[in-house]
Amino acid sequence: MSEYNFAYLDEQTKRMIRRAILKGLAVPGYQVPFASREMPMPYGWGTGGVQVSAATLTPEDTLKVIDQGADDTTNAVSIRKFFENTAGVETTEETAKATVIQTRHRIPEAKLRDDQIIVYQVPIPEPLRFLEPRETETRKMHSLEEYGLMHVKLYEDISQHGAISTAYAYPVKVSGRYVMDPSPIPKFDNPKLEMDAIQLFGAGREQRIYAVPPHTKVVSLDFEDYPFEATKAEHPCDLCGAEDSYLDEVIMDDAGNRMFVCSDTDYCRSRRAAGHVGRLAEEDAA
Amino acid sequence: MAAQIQFSGGFQNAPVDAAHAFRAAMTVMARPGEIRRLTGSEPPAPLSVAAGTLLLTLCDPETKVHLAGATDTYTVRKWLTFHTGAPFVPASEADFAVGTWDALGPLNAYRIGTPEYPDRSATLIVEGDRLHQRNAVLKGPGIKDVAHLSLPDIGAMQANAALYPLGCDFFFTSGDQIAALPRSTHIRAEG
Repeated sequence: MSEYNFAYLDEQTKRMIRRAILKGLAVPGYQVPFASREMPMPYGWGTGGVQVSAATLTPEDTLKVIDQGADDTTNAVSIRKFFENTAGVETTEETAKATVIQTRHRIPEAKLRDDQIIVYQVPIPEPLRFLEPRETETRKMHSLEEYGLMHVKLYEDISQHGAISTAYAYPVKVSGRYVMDPSPIPKFDNPKLEMDAIQLFGAGREQRIYAVPPHTKVVSLDFEDYPFEATKAEHPCDLCGAEDSYLDEVIMDDAGNRMFVCSDTDYCRSRRAAGHVGRLAEEDAA
Repeated sequence: MAAQIQFSGGFQNAPVDAAHAFRAAMTVMARPGEIRRLTGSEPPAPLSVAAGTLLLTLCDPETKVHLAGATDTYTVRKWLTFHTGAPFVPASEADFAVGTWDALGPLNAYRIGTPEYPDRSATLIVEGDRLHQRNAVLKGPGIKDVAHLSLPDIGAMQANAALYPLGCDFFFTSGDQIAALPRSTHIRAEG
């Protein structure tokens, strides 16, 4: 639509975001401040990711947007429509066909390629924020590489629960230097953070952009005697039978019945299309 | 004649040309050693097409630009002012600096960021001969095993990388070619 500048944002805003992305790529895991704009959606709905995507998209791109792995939830649908209207780009639900993927809280199950870019929506970019509320102090801690407090937090998890109970937004160390919040992805996704695609992170309300270039070393923090574990529900998917994908638990009725389904809807759909059948899929068809 | 050079040579379709240019610049910064084409503008001599396009993509009244050596001409100043509005400053204040390696040096003149804000550092656009994937051996973020790139001065780049997470970041431009070297890359001479 010609009423909007390409991808909604004005050119000066895009230049400011693009400069922040380049510095973020040069210092992986470091949070670059940027002048986040008001977007036509509320904070918490992915305004950071939307601004990063707007500065990254070209007219030839194919965009996929997921929310907790799903292409068909409100947040994903509205952001996809937003870019259809303002950038005129193609959109898709298929991971393999997308060139830019904006995501809220998941990494797709399919391995991403080196010609793809994944943009994460981030609520709280500072991994130390719940341990130290003052920005001046957390900045100093990053500059001094003083991450003892984070290890104390993980240690307290173990002393209270017998294991590291942090299940999402599990802190990582990037390229041996900066501790980074990978956004609230389940820790099941943490091993995928070392990938072939460019990873960009945008936090709109908190006004931070950061990045992880391809093939960058990303280590989930742990202890020698309590190593990091990428956990998921101990079930196969009830629709497609996948044993290797992250699952959502769905309550079916008030009698305690439940089912587990792939959180990545495109992965589940493509497996079912290929003939894989889970425990409850046949009942569905009947 | 001067007026024609000053006003011409910019992006034909700014939002789309800049989006394509940024994707090339982002790709090379994310993958040190990779060489891409960067076109879209026709800057006045001695700026290369790639350097001119990169300046139009990233510079505006908020970024201070240093023109080093032979790039600091009346025509280049007029052209950049018309298309970007960026103020011109000495090396020590620059967000972006452009010129040949010899004209840009020495590196210690440029901002390298602060420990709390390592992003507040200069980005140098180094104009030079045709880029090749040889000479220096690169390892680090963005590189699968090793990458190769012709660098003008390996010793100076190693000293810059040793400042990590502080330091300058580099784009290398030649004609319509562009490559990049972020401060995070480990560098050694080939052989």
